[in-house]
Amino acid sequence: MRKFTQLNSVVMPLDRANVDTDAIIPKQFLKSINRAGFGPNAFDEWRYLDHGEPGMDNSQRPLNMDFVLNQPRFQGAQILLARENFGCGSSREHAPWALEDYGFRVIIAPSFADIFFNNCFKNGLLPIRLDAEKVDTLFKSIAAQDDFKLTVDLENQRIALPDGTVYAFEVDAFRKHCLLNGLDDIGLTLQHVAEIQAFEAKRHAAQPWLVA
Amino acid sequence: MNAQTLYDKLWNAHVVRQDADGTALIYIDRHLVHEVTSPQAFEGLKLAGRKLWRVASIMAVADHNVPTTGREQGIADPIARLQVETLDKNCADFGVNEFKMSDVRQGIVHVVGPEQGATLPGMTVVCGDSHTSTHGAFAALAHGIGTSEVEHVMATQCLVAKKSKAMLVKVKGTLGKGVTAKDVALAIIGKIGTAGGTGFAIEFAGSAIRGLSMEGRMTLCNMAIEGGARAGLVAVDDNTVNYLKGLPYAPKADVWDQAVAYWHTLHSDAGAVFEAVVELDAAEIKPQVTWGTSPEMVVAVDGCVPNPADMTDPVKREGAERALRYMGLEANTPITEIQIDKVFIGSCTNSRIEDLRAAAVVAQGKTVASNVKLALVVPGSGLVKAQAEAEGLDKIFIAAGFEWRDAGCSMCLAMNDDRLNPGERCASTSNRNFEGRQGQGGRTHLVSPAMAAAAAIAGHFVDISKL
Repeated sequence: MRKFTQLNSVVMPLDRANVDTDAIIPKQFLKSINRAGFGPNAFDEWRYLDHGEPGMDNSQRPLNMDFVLNQPRFQGAQILLARENFGCGSSREHAPWALEDYGFRVIIAPSFADIFFNNCFKNGLLPIRLDAEKVDTLFKSIAAQDDFKLTVDLENQRIALPDGTVYAFEVDAFRKHCLLNGLDDIGLTLQHVAEIQAFEAKRHAAQPWLVA
Repeated sequence: MNAQTLYDKLWNAHVVRQDADGTALIYIDRHLVHEVTSPQAFEGLKLAGRKLWRVASIMAVADHNVPTTGREQGIADPIARLQVETLDKNCADFGVNEFKMSDVRQGIVHVVGPEQGATLPGMTVVCGDSHTSTHGAFAALAHGIGTSEVEHVMATQCLVAKKSKAMLVKVKGTLGKGVTAKDVALAIIGKIGTAGGTGFAIEFAGSAIRGLSMEGRMTLCNMAIEGGARAGLVAVDDNTVNYLKGLPYAPKADVWDQAVAYWHTLHSDAGAVFEAVVELDAAEIKPQVTWGTSPEMVVAVDGCVPNPADMTDPVKREGAERALRYMGLEANTPITEIQIDKVFIGSCTNSRIEDLRAAAVVAQGKTVASNVKLALVVPGSGLVKAQAEAEGLDKIFIAAGFEWRDAGCSMCLAMNDDRLNPGERCASTSNRNFEGRQGQGGRTHLVSPAMAAAAAIAGHFVDISKL
């Protein structure tokens, strides 16, 4: 997994609540058996004017210029700002894969759906929960200031605004450690093989029908 | 010992180890696998040279991509075919138990698991699919996971997790005529919102829940995720035990009594404390119809499409305005005046035998309305299909003008050829009315099976409690 420490970036404002994972990456692209390459189809139905299918040359497709992702000002944004309940619906990890492949590293919203939130940390993406009022302030600041950028610092758990305002954010200690160091969970868990084996043996002895 | 919730009991029984900050390793008893969220996990294992920790814990079945018609000719779409073939190959390479497309036991993973007795009370059940919450109907701690976690469970039999909070949703009283588990689920989501259960495991309780069949409880727990909760739960009772008896993967005679004795401890203790409690009166729940693009955008069938202008929260108002534009609906339109183009009866929410029976009762002796271009009935598994045919339900549906298909996820998410065209409006027994979910530009109204069948016959929504 890619490390995440800090970044300074333009912020793409996606002013919607309940952005679901079907919208982040529509179902037809889930037929892929690969982990990479979903970026050009992130938000496909909002981003293009035609119907997308796997295998199309996305560079030739008509863009929906009303959609924020296509606006010149937000090109290269590594931070995505959205409203409540971002990432709801399907557990498809293709959603964080698509966002990461597109170039996002941070998503800021007042709240996230649990499974999506969890999936982000497995893919070098940092989801940040921020009060709805602060999120609203950020939307307004982006609208007011063309060159608005944020600095996100994971080590110190701080978001710095251009005017010097700093927002602190919470992050789970274990997830922070993994993200800062680019660690995958499996290797870490396998350090506890003996404990898992002992637990399993005891459980199966007590509930023999689980292995019958 | 302090009084425990059902969730406490299930959690505590599976903690392998726990760090000071609450991060735990949770042991996983059952891992269900389908073709869409597993290929990258199997590939990860292969690349790292890792083995499956406990191959017997895994049950695999292709469901999302499978055609529901002309199956003997295979899958026409080469990308979908490759994904299903990849599952077949991975299962063969790793020795995983798989029900292939030609197997009568094939079907939607959340229908197949319980039907086989592979989901048992007290288990932890995971699957790379958000509707894994379905299995909580059996007092199993069951939830959806991402593909990285699928790989993690394959390699370690554990999941890294933190304990959720517990919510009690109590539905008192008795459900009225024509009101089903689906209506209860939608009414609950309408009340708590699609993020209301975020961070919680929801236990459904109360006399109306006790009165539900196992199929009904599965429908309810299936929709827990649409209320934001990864897991839904219902305590064990005689319904649970009777459902499981004799199923292929259920405990055999020598350990059955031991298992049942343990299962009967799987309920919340008197006095157990929940972090949140929500109560509903069953008598007040009417048949539900969603009007928007989120399951929380729902009203009773005798109501009207709401007016965004009446909403005070600007984010909600804007969401409702966008939803009405997408849905092609005017504010204040009576729900029963909404005409439909297609009907879908199926999905992991509502494709079990009880669902098909309820729809067939409504369809019997009637004809699908002329404005309805397609009315699909897609059983949840090959075994559900066989059971329905043994009861003659297929003949009722076909005589009424419905299409009778093979088992799979089908038009719930339209990964196969079953889908809506832009602008088409569908009465659907599935679980998500998101933009584009059933096909780009498609408009989904979530309803119960009986409501969907009634809409197919009338060509518009009707209040089945008044039929």
